Amino acid sequence: MDKTQNNRAWFMVLPVLIVVAFSAVIPLMTVVNYSVQDTFGNNEFFWAGLDWFDDTIHSERMHDSLFRQAIFSAIILAIEVPLGIFIALNMPKRGFWSSLCLVLMALPLLIPFNVVGTIWQIFGRVDIGLLGHTLAALGIDYNYTNDPLDAWITVIVMDVWHWTSLVALLAYAGLQSIPQAYYQAAKIDQASRWSVFRYIELPKMAGVLMIAILLRFMDSFMIYTEPFVVTGGGPGNSTTFLSVDLAKMATGQFDLGPAAAYSILYYLVILLVSWAFYTVMTNLDRAEGGK
Amino acid sequence: MMRVKPSAFVMLAYLIFLLLPIYWLLMMSLKTNTEITSTFTLWPADLTFRNYQTILTDPSWYMGYVNSLIYVGLNTLISITVALPAAYAFSRYRFMGDKHLFFWLLTNRMAPPAVFALPFFQFYSAFGLIDTHIAVALAHCLFNVPLAVWILEGFMRGVPKEIDETAYIDGYSWPRFFVKIFMPLIASGIGVAAFFCFMFSWVELLLARTLTTTDAKPIAAIMTRTVSASGMDWGVLAAAGILTIIPGALVIYFVRNYIAKGFALGRV
Repeated sequence: MDKTQNNRAWFMVLPVLIVVAFSAVIPLMTVVNYSVQDTFGNNEFFWAGLDWFDDTIHSERMHDSLFRQAIFSAIILAIEVPLGIFIALNMPKRGFWSSLCLVLMALPLLIPFNVVGTIWQIFGRVDIGLLGHTLAALGIDYNYTNDPLDAWITVIVMDVWHWTSLVALLAYAGLQSIPQAYYQAAKIDQASRWSVFRYIELPKMAGVLMIAILLRFMDSFMIYTEPFVVTGGGPGNSTTFLSVDLAKMATGQFDLGPAAAYSILYYLVILLVSWAFYTVMTNLDRAEGGK
Repeated sequence: MMRVKPSAFVMLAYLIFLLLPIYWLLMMSLKTNTEITSTFTLWPADLTFRNYQTILTDPSWYMGYVNSLIYVGLNTLISITVALPAAYAFSRYRFMGDKHLFFWLLTNRMAPPAVFALPFFQFYSAFGLIDTHIAVALAHCLFNVPLAVWILEGFMRGVPKEIDETAYIDGYSWPRFFVKIFMPLIASGIGVAAFFCFMFSWVELLLARTLTTTDAKPIAAIMTRTVSASGMDWGVLAAAGILTIIPGALVIYFVRNYIAKGFALGRV
């Protein structure tokens, strides 16, 4: 749509700016403030310059958490995106079954994060959980509280359980928007199932898939509650992701300076990656609009 | 023989994977604690509603639900109210810095709540807002307002501009046009945006827990107190979990026909 130039539109955006300033900008400034100061207690602060940033950038702890976080997000995207597309392709297109599938699939998305954690904590327990008990009965040595690999698998399966539906619902919305005529044309050309997917469905889904990837990346990169409830970041530090580590630092140890520097670097990493996704997304949008 | 499509099997397998953990939670909530810890049964041998009774008769439990619903409702109201005109501006006009502003709004959706937990606590303490519903509602605006703007903008884009122009020619003022004509046109979009605000505010816990102590404590935070000296009260924990799923399930049912489009943020 061609838009008209009108700077008075700023007035319509104003309420949003005020609310967001109150809930984001001012608190963020507090973080920036802490990140450049040191304290000996008693609310006396003095200038510390960029020392905290220097420390944080070179700290093993941050590197390890960042590394674990990156691996985690990469695995999550690698599983959930293809699986979500696959599920969407298999969903009933209309009618009662379609509605039923939509409602059931959206269910995990509306469960509070810590309840999701609780569900999986219980489900995976060897003594009282269905999953843990069944695996033990099959002779598989599974214990997510002791074994780092089991802990990782549990956290990943939990996230797949929790969020794959989001990708599937987005892909489904993309599929629904493809006119029947495209499929009929493909049929006349005797296109294979694969080429229908590759040349009709995938390009049409590209836009929504970018949204899915963007959302999934952002949310998996700031995951906190679920691993915290299930594994508490353990065993050892094996599932301590960035947010878990940060919360430990800020609310457990009250190291305000380092925690603030950590927060800012953390935020910058997310911003950088999300900006890259967002740019690709808007370019796709424009390319589609230009056709 | 009836032919069953392979896609039906795929869906069935996926739905079983989704529902199995929830089924297990439901079964646990209907068992007694002795049954949970001593024997392993697929369904309750000794069906009991005592766990639900415990929650629904004790104000310190059920007020958690009331608290959660109050701040979620407030947040949805605030988010939609401020997002509506902004989304209209983004969908209809070009103005100085509009693209940067839009991305900047989205960056707030990307901010990890863990980063904000501590500053929020200090900031709201300074205003004496700790342990009030409005504090949590405002804090959740951090990620819900940008999301609401994003979704509503997607839906508004689909409304042809000629409608605006015709209304102005007919002598409608902007506010009257917006409320009387435009809002009914994007009613489904508003519904979807409200659904998403509800969803993300309902499931968020880190900020909600940080900003409350007793009077506005959300149910999801109260749940953790089932760990007591006498061990874990698994049955009550499971029942509380099941009760947190119900509001979500009800809301999904109402928006089921728009849900797919909503997840695509109105961009299909």
